[in-house]
Amino acid sequence: MPSGVPLAIFLLPFFSFIVISFIIRPFLNSKPQLSGYITTASIGTSLILSLWVLAEVSSAPGHVLSMPDYEWLAIGDTVIRFGVTVDALAAIMLIVVTSVSLLVQVYSQGYMHGDPGYSRYFAFMSLFTAFMLGLVLADNLVSLYVFWEGVGLCSYLLIGFWFHRPAAARAATKAFLVTRIGDFGFLAAILFLYSKTGTFDIGELHHLALAGAIGGTVLTWAAIGIFSGAIGKSAQFPLHTWLPDAMEGPTPVSALIHAATMVAAGIYLVARMFPVFASSLTAVTTVAAIGGFTAIFAATMALVMNDIKRVLAYSTISQLGYMMLGLGVVGIGVANDAIPLEVGLGLGVAVGIFHLFNHAFFKSLLFLGAGSVNHATGTFDIREMGGLRKVMPWTYITFLIGSLSIVGIWPLAGFWSKEGILDHAWDHQTALFFLAMITVFMTAFYMFRVVFLTFAGEYRGSNAGHSGASAHAPSLRESPLVMVAPMGILAILAVISGWLPVSSFLGGESESFFGALAHPIAWVSMVLAALGILLAYALYSAKWLSSESLRRRFAPLHTLFSRKYWIDELYERVIVVRVLVDGIFVLLNWFDTRIVDGIVNGIAGGTIVAGKGIRRLQTGQLQAYGIAIFVGVLAIVACFLIFG
Amino acid sequence: MDFPYLSIIVFLPVIGAILIALLPQADPRRIKFTAAFFTLAVFALSLSLFFMFDTGLEGAQFVERASWIPAIDAQYFLGVDGLSLPMLVLATFLGFIAVLVSWKIDLRVREYFAWLLVLETGVLGVFCSLDLLLFFLFWEVEILPMFLLISIWGTGRKEYSAMKFVIFTLAGSAMMLAGILLLYFHGGTFDMMELAGMGLEGAISTLLATAIFFLLFIGYAVKLPVFPFHTWLPDAHTDAPTAVSVILAGILLKMGGYGMIRVCVSIFPGVSQDYAVLLVALALVNIIYGAAVTFRQRDLKRLIAYSSISHMGYVLLGIFALSQVSMTGAILQMFSHGLITGLLFALVGLVYDKTHVRDIPQLGGLARRMPIIAVVFSVAGLAALGLPGTSGFAAEFLVFLGSFKSTLVDGIQTYTILGMVGIVLTAGYILWLLQRVFYGPIKAQYDKVTDANRLEQFTIISMVAVIMLIGIYPAVLTDIIKVGVSPIIASLGL
Repeated sequence: MPSGVPLAIFLLPFFSFIVISFIIRPFLNSKPQLSGYITTASIGTSLILSLWVLAEVSSAPGHVLSMPDYEWLAIGDTVIRFGVTVDALAAIMLIVVTSVSLLVQVYSQGYMHGDPGYSRYFAFMSLFTAFMLGLVLADNLVSLYVFWEGVGLCSYLLIGFWFHRPAAARAATKAFLVTRIGDFGFLAAILFLYSKTGTFDIGELHHLALAGAIGGTVLTWAAIGIFSGAIGKSAQFPLHTWLPDAMEGPTPVSALIHAATMVAAGIYLVARMFPVFASSLTAVTTVAAIGGFTAIFAATMALVMNDIKRVLAYSTISQLGYMMLGLGVVGIGVANDAIPLEVGLGLGVAVGIFHLFNHAFFKSLLFLGAGSVNHATGTFDIREMGGLRKVMPWTYITFLIGSLSIVGIWPLAGFWSKEGILDHAWDHQTALFFLAMITVFMTAFYMFRVVFLTFAGEYRGSNAGHSGASAHAPSLRESPLVMVAPMGILAILAVISGWLPVSSFLGGESESFFGALAHPIAWVSMVLAALGILLAYALYSAKWLSSESLRRRFAPLHTLFSRKYWIDELYERVIVVRVLVDGIFVLLNWFDTRIVDGIVNGIAGGTIVAGKGIRRLQTGQLQAYGIAIFVGVLAIVACFLIFG
Repeated sequence: MDFPYLSIIVFLPVIGAILIALLPQADPRRIKFTAAFFTLAVFALSLSLFFMFDTGLEGAQFVERASWIPAIDAQYFLGVDGLSLPMLVLATFLGFIAVLVSWKIDLRVREYFAWLLVLETGVLGVFCSLDLLLFFLFWEVEILPMFLLISIWGTGRKEYSAMKFVIFTLAGSAMMLAGILLLYFHGGTFDMMELAGMGLEGAISTLLATAIFFLLFIGYAVKLPVFPFHTWLPDAHTDAPTAVSVILAGILLKMGGYGMIRVCVSIFPGVSQDYAVLLVALALVNIIYGAAVTFRQRDLKRLIAYSSISHMGYVLLGIFALSQVSMTGAILQMFSHGLITGLLFALVGLVYDKTHVRDIPQLGGLARRMPIIAVVFSVAGLAALGLPGTSGFAAEFLVFLGSFKSTLVDGIQTYTILGMVGIVLTAGYILWLLQRVFYGPIKAQYDKVTDANRLEQFTIISMVAVIMLIGIYPAVLTDIIKVGVSPIIASLGL
């Protein structure tokens, strides 16, 4: 394979961005559909090239291809080189990014049809895809950070795509700022690692960490710094607040960026740096604890949301928590020497990334389904839906498949990777295992709450409102083929992606098709899932129980969940506004104008006053000057007489 | 002596100024074209020096040396090295840009452009002089045109602000002059290169060396500006015409950072090292305090002015972290900030020009009516908050990287981490600014405002192009800067 192929995978969508921004938008604005075609074609080509890379990697010894790198900056002995890394992890991620992106771009051509920002949308989507591919291919921490921020930029631009809506503008700012707090730690960790090792190269850092050449405390701090970046990007507690608000962006954006790829970059980062993490028990324990806690914490909020996209957003946070948990518990096993190092490194990556792989398909499918529903009804509020099974059969079936997959029903995709995580949690961190099991039940409940409220029963919407998300007046009918077809393909993937040998390719274990059913944990989790579905059915479809009375019985909990534990209020109203902007910053501003500048103006004013005072002496009267001279002479003479 | 490139570069603007003053007809267009022609020619010449510069050589190039005042051995001594060449290119580029953003000036056009060109000669002279007395002379040349440009063509409390600028600068200059004279009496020469190489510190008492260092430092600290000498800056910026803000932020502040490296650190490496912790702490005050105060500004120009104070903190940090990478980063940050903040002031000027409003709460939703200005403003803002792919990232990254692994300053790692808090704060006020000015529903009174015209588009987009170029491939500049920095680092005894 020519060494330019990985580069081309990244450059094709980038050129698509350039062409749309600098040729189509200024000169061919009457033909915006060209932007969609170019984006789709370039990403499709990237997908084909990614498959080529995958084939090459799987036949290469050790699943690694060596690639040339280039000097970017050299000052004294500080040299920064950029290159690409092509190994099993990168190859899998390339497939995820290009395939989901391709399907989302096809879908977007229907969903965004007629939007005045059509070309701008595809320009940003192309740029995002390019940066995401760059992130995956980066072979050192500096270039990884560059693309890391780049995808964050695109996320900002696309959340704020409908910038004239105040909520969208606010959500965009919030997303950027919250993730930047995590990036602060990431950048500090990069500098810290460099100052201790003299390299940014990820491969070299792996060697040094595994060889014990980096001190234990250094590793722990560096890993925690890197992890703080991942917490921000993957919306883990306590930096999770931006992701639900990010749903203000167009729904295909949520599917691609805020479900399948960018938010998974945090998982990818931890997987990519796994040898560093696994060398520190503190670091992996932190990863597992944050992941396990976030999984159940986000799920509780998903239980009560009425906006279908927000349910899916909290679900995404929760599933990302699962992935962190998977990475963390295997890391704990490695750090405790319960798993031999040579097995554990591949296993950890495989457990985390396999769920990322499956999640990318079923979660983007669910989001596209939500978009399709919105396309028809003009709302995202599940209280305004119902009965859509009849008018939107394809959306219904694909959404159902996605839901069963995320819940983890054998033999759908979600089952396989979730079992891996649960098994390892059981082996290495029992407390977190129980949290994860409870989360399985919650996941089943909140997903099927959405399914029943949206698709079962009778239509409850007024069908008058129209959110502005799509230019069409809403009318209850199935979405066009250009939207349904990508959903169909994703539905197939949501079934079969777990059957692919991704886990063993990444260095993990793989289960036989029926062998997986021999595990008791698999049965327990499926029973829990079934109970969750049953409860949702009882409440929202069969109405054996009244959801209203249930809510009243658990009113404090319901309030706690639906108010999102008041964390948004704490961050925004209390910390940002009260403490900082309207607190400390006011004080400092007062200090600046009154004290610092006050002293300056005081000196100036004092000089003027003193000048005015002294000016009185200059009366211009000779008699007065004469008296002054006389007195002065007398004084001098007196001094001479006394001291002389 | 070869072709006198530097003399031509330095004096071409003043020749242009004289020509404008003597132009027979007061046709404003002719005056503007003349000014544009001269500044463009100067920029082209400095760019040609940029390409001819030999990155394999340390020390000054394109040197011109002649006896000036033989009695005190003052020389007419020009030359550029890795420190000054980037500043020269920046100053000539922004000089041209300043003429373009002044295109709509219609008050006393002839005088305006004449003074603008005189101002350019002053700053170019500062960056090219290698003789301290000549350096000081050029340093003072800039004051008069600045005073007139602010007090005549400014807005608001323009006389107050102009006078404040002059008094602060002169107070700093007085200290600097005392420092220069002490240097002359103890070193016996005004030649900067010779002073830097003679090991003056060892020959005089530590107390005297420290005193001279701080006399000079305060002169530069007023210019940069360093807390607590910064309060002239927001006033001067707020009331200055757009082009003067561009020059002020883009070039004049950089004279301070340049002076610190060229004079303070080069001549007194030992004192620099002794007081590095103090100066780094001041840098942190600039970064964090500056950013905190920025949040409270309602006036667009004042906001950008305070953000400059914060960003100049990175320059101070980079210089006194005393490593090759950090100092290279500091100079790159000066270059980058000159472009970014110059661009931001140009854009604020455009917004004000179209809406006649600078009060942020009164603005809103402008992206609808001025998409190009909104896009460029966003890019400039993102560059200011250090987004990768822009010069802001490259510069700040180098400052942090170099500072973090510096070996000469105690506790520098903690200070660097504290300084990095600035990148979060900057993101906060920049994004909040963009949100309040450009996003959200457009207010009814701005329904008729227009976007940038062709000339304005050319101006702002050309600046964006340079910002991106440096961001994507910073080695364009750092390969030159590091040649200038390495002898200074060598003198620190590494």
